[in-house]
Amino acid sequence: MSTSEATTNVFFSGVGGQGTILASNILGQVLLRAGYDVKKAEVHGMAQRGGDVTTHFRFGARVHSPLIRQGDVDLLIAFELLEGLRYIDWLKPDARIVLNNHRILPPAVSLGKMEYPADVAGTFRKHFGGNAHLVEGTGIARALGNIQVANVVLLGALSFLFHDLDEERWLEALRELLPPRLQEINVRAFLEGRGCLAGRGQG
Amino acid sequence: MKRILQGNEAIARGAWEAGVTVGCAYPGTPSSEIMSELSRYPEVYTEWSTNEKVSLEVAFGASLAGGRALVAMKHVGLNVAADPLMTMAYTGVKGGLVVVVADDPGQHSSQNEQDSRHWTRFGKVPMLEPADSAECRDFTRIAFDMSERFDTPVLVRSETRVSHSDSPVDTGERTESALPKGLSRADAPKQVMVPAFARMRRLEIDRRMERLEAYAEEEFPGNVTEFGDLSVGIIASGVSYLYAKELFPDYSFLKLGMVWPLPRRRIADFCRKVKKMIVVEELDPFLETEIRAMGIRVRHGKDLVPSIGELTPAILEASLAKAVTGRKYRPARPRVRTGELPGRPPNFCAGCGHRPLFYALKKLGVFVFGDIGCYTLSVAPPLSAMHASTCMGASVGGAYGAGKVLGKEGLGKVCAVLGDSTFLHGGVAPLMDAVYNRGYSTTLILDNRITAMTGQQDHPGTGRTIRGDEAPMVDYAGLARAVGVRHVRHIDPYNIAETLDVVREELERDDASVIITRDSPCILLRREHPRDRFRHPLYRVREETCRGCRACLNIACPAISWRPEPGMTAEGQKRKGTALINPEQCVGCGVCGQVCTFGSIVPKES
Repeated sequence: MSTSEATTNVFFSGVGGQGTILASNILGQVLLRAGYDVKKAEVHGMAQRGGDVTTHFRFGARVHSPLIRQGDVDLLIAFELLEGLRYIDWLKPDARIVLNNHRILPPAVSLGKMEYPADVAGTFRKHFGGNAHLVEGTGIARALGNIQVANVVLLGALSFLFHDLDEERWLEALRELLPPRLQEINVRAFLEGRGCLAGRGQG
Repeated sequence: MKRILQGNEAIARGAWEAGVTVGCAYPGTPSSEIMSELSRYPEVYTEWSTNEKVSLEVAFGASLAGGRALVAMKHVGLNVAADPLMTMAYTGVKGGLVVVVADDPGQHSSQNEQDSRHWTRFGKVPMLEPADSAECRDFTRIAFDMSERFDTPVLVRSETRVSHSDSPVDTGERTESALPKGLSRADAPKQVMVPAFARMRRLEIDRRMERLEAYAEEEFPGNVTEFGDLSVGIIASGVSYLYAKELFPDYSFLKLGMVWPLPRRRIADFCRKVKKMIVVEELDPFLETEIRAMGIRVRHGKDLVPSIGELTPAILEASLAKAVTGRKYRPARPRVRTGELPGRPPNFCAGCGHRPLFYALKKLGVFVFGDIGCYTLSVAPPLSAMHASTCMGASVGGAYGAGKVLGKEGLGKVCAVLGDSTFLHGGVAPLMDAVYNRGYSTTLILDNRITAMTGQQDHPGTGRTIRGDEAPMVDYAGLARAVGVRHVRHIDPYNIAETLDVVREELERDDASVIITRDSPCILLRREHPRDRFRHPLYRVREETCRGCRACLNIACPAISWRPEPGMTAEGQKRKGTALINPEQCVGCGVCGQVCTFGSIVPKES
C-alpha cells in the first residue's frame, strides 16, 4: 500500500467493545500528520451493545464523502472473523486484508440455531490470495496480559502495509492518544502486530 | 491549528470560540458528545438537563440575561422542546441562542426517523446544515452571530454521518461576547407572549424572515455555487452534498448550507444555467417541495432517490447514475452470500441487571409497556419481554391507560418499565396522573445510576454533574411517595426469586405502585464498581451433569453458548449437547446459576 493522491478506503469491522474506534483514531492522527485529508465515520449508541460495528476511514488529497462506497475498500481490518466475512463484498479485487483470528459467537450461533461460517480465512485466501493476512491479534493480546489491546496488535499489522510511513510516526500517535499508564503495553502490542506481517516479508 | 475532530466535538468547539456561556442538553444519539465535549471548556457553564424542554428553557433564560447559549438534542428531543421553541421564535433572543438538532436517518439508535428540517418552516426559525466537521465548527460560530443580529433562535441540523464523522478542522480562539449581562424589565412586551403582544411579534417574524432570506442570498458563506458540466446541476445540502460531489464531481452544484429560509433568487439563477436540475437530499423531499413551489422544474428528486433510510454513496449511485451520467450502475458480483450469515444484533452486556429482570417479567407472562433505553433490547428473543415502546416516559401512562380499559381483569397482567434517567425525563408527570386518576399500574424503575445507552451521562439521580462534581440526588422512593404512591418497594434484580415475588404481589394490587431496582449499576459504569458484588472466580458448567436442556440459553447471555454433542451425563441421562460458559466474557453475575434446572452451573471454585 502506498499513500498517494487518490482516496484510499480503509474499513474496520468488529464487535461492539473491541476497540475499533481507538485504532481508527490512531490511524487518523498518523495520516493527518503525514499531510492527508482524512474522513471517518462510525455509529455509536445502541449498536455498540455487542452488535456489529464498523468504521469507514478514508484519506487522500481531498476527501468528500465520509462513507465508503460498497466495492471500493482498499484495506479491511477485521477484528473478528465473521465480521470480516460480512463485508467481503465491499472489497476491491486487489484489496488487502488483516484478519484477526478470533471468533465471537453471535446469538443465533450461541443458541445453536445457526452455524458459525467455516474457514473464513480460507474464503479470503480464495478470493484475495496472499493479500489476506491472518493475525493472532487476540492471542497475542492475551499473551501480553490484556485481551483489550488486540485492537492495537491489529493496527500494528495494518501499519506494515503502509510502507512509506515509518514506525516512529505510529508510535508517536499512539503515545499522543493514550494515557501514560496504557502506553507501554500498547507499544508492545503494536510492535508485536507489526512484526506479524514483517516476519512474512509481505507488504 | 488543524485537528481531526468529530462533528459533535467541532460543534462544541465552534460554540466555545463564539463565546458561548451556557450549554444545556439531554443526551441522545447521535447528539450526546456535543455537551460532554463542551463541558471540557472551563469558561462555559454546561449541564445535563432533565429533558430537552428544560434545556431550551434554561438556555432561553441565559440568553435573556445576555449570555450566549447552546442547546443540543437528538431529533426526537426537539419534539419535547418544540413547545418553548415555537414561542421563542416570537420573543426572539438577547444573547445568541443556538439549538442543535441531530437526526438519525436509518435509525441506527432511534425509535423513528424524523426529518428535522420541517421544524424550520413550521417554527419560522432559520436552519443551518453543516456537512462535515469543518462546517460544524464554522456554522455554529456563524449561528450565534445570526441569532443576535436577526433576534431569533437559530437551528443547526446535524445527523449521524455529520455528528459521528471525524475530519480535519482549523480551530480558532475564543472571542468573548460583547453583550452586556443583565435582565431588562422594560422588554416585557417582547417577552411576555400574551395574545396582544404575541400578535405584534407575529408580524415581526415575517419581517425577520425577509431579512434572513436576503442574508441567505448575499452574505451567508455556506451557500456555494460550483459550476462545472452544465448538463446537470445538483442542489443538495449537508452530507448528501458530499455523497453527490464524490460520485459526480464534474457536474454543477448548488450547495445549500442554510436550508431555511432558502435563497430563492439564487436557486432560480442556478436552475436557469443548468440543463437538467436534480435535487439530492436524504429523508423527505423538503428542498424539492419548496423548489417546485417556486415554479422551477425539478427533473429528478424523490422519484429516484429513496426517502426512507440513510443515503450512502452506493445507494445514491444506484438511484442516480443513469440520470446524471447516462451510464447505468452495475453492482459487482457477490463473492459470498453475506445476507445468509448469522446476524449480530446488539444485546445486553454480560452481567447487565436488565437481563434477570426481564427474564422474570417473561416468566410472569405480563404485558410490558417499555420505554427508551438499553432495555428495549429485551424485545428480542429469547427474552421477548417488551410489548410496547414509543417515546421517553410513555411506559407509565401506557400501563395505567390500558388498565382503564381492562378494569379488574387486567390486574396482575400489565406493568410499566423504564430506566432512571428516562423516568426523570418524562415519567414523573404520568406517574402523578396515574395516582391522581386512581390507576392501578405498577411502574418498575430500573435504576442503573446513569443514562446508559447514550454512553453514560449523569442525571439528577446520579449525584454527579456533567463535570463529575457532587450534586444533590433524587430519591426515587421519596418522589413516588410525594406524588401519592403508597406502595414503593425495592428489589435486587439479580435475585430472580425475590423479583418474581415482589413484582407478582404489586401487580395484583388494585392501586398504583412503584418498584425500584437497587444495587445494580450499569455494568459499564466503572466508578460504581458494578462487578464488586459478583462472585469471583466466575461460573462454569459442570459438564458431567449438564443435561443440555438449554434453559440457560433463555437469558441470552453473550458468555453462554451451546455445543451440539450427543452423549450422556455422568448419571446416565441422554443429552444432545452441553452449555458452555466463555470465561473471557463471564463476569460472575450468577444469573445463569439461578435458571439452571439441574444445578449444573456453579461458581468455578466449587
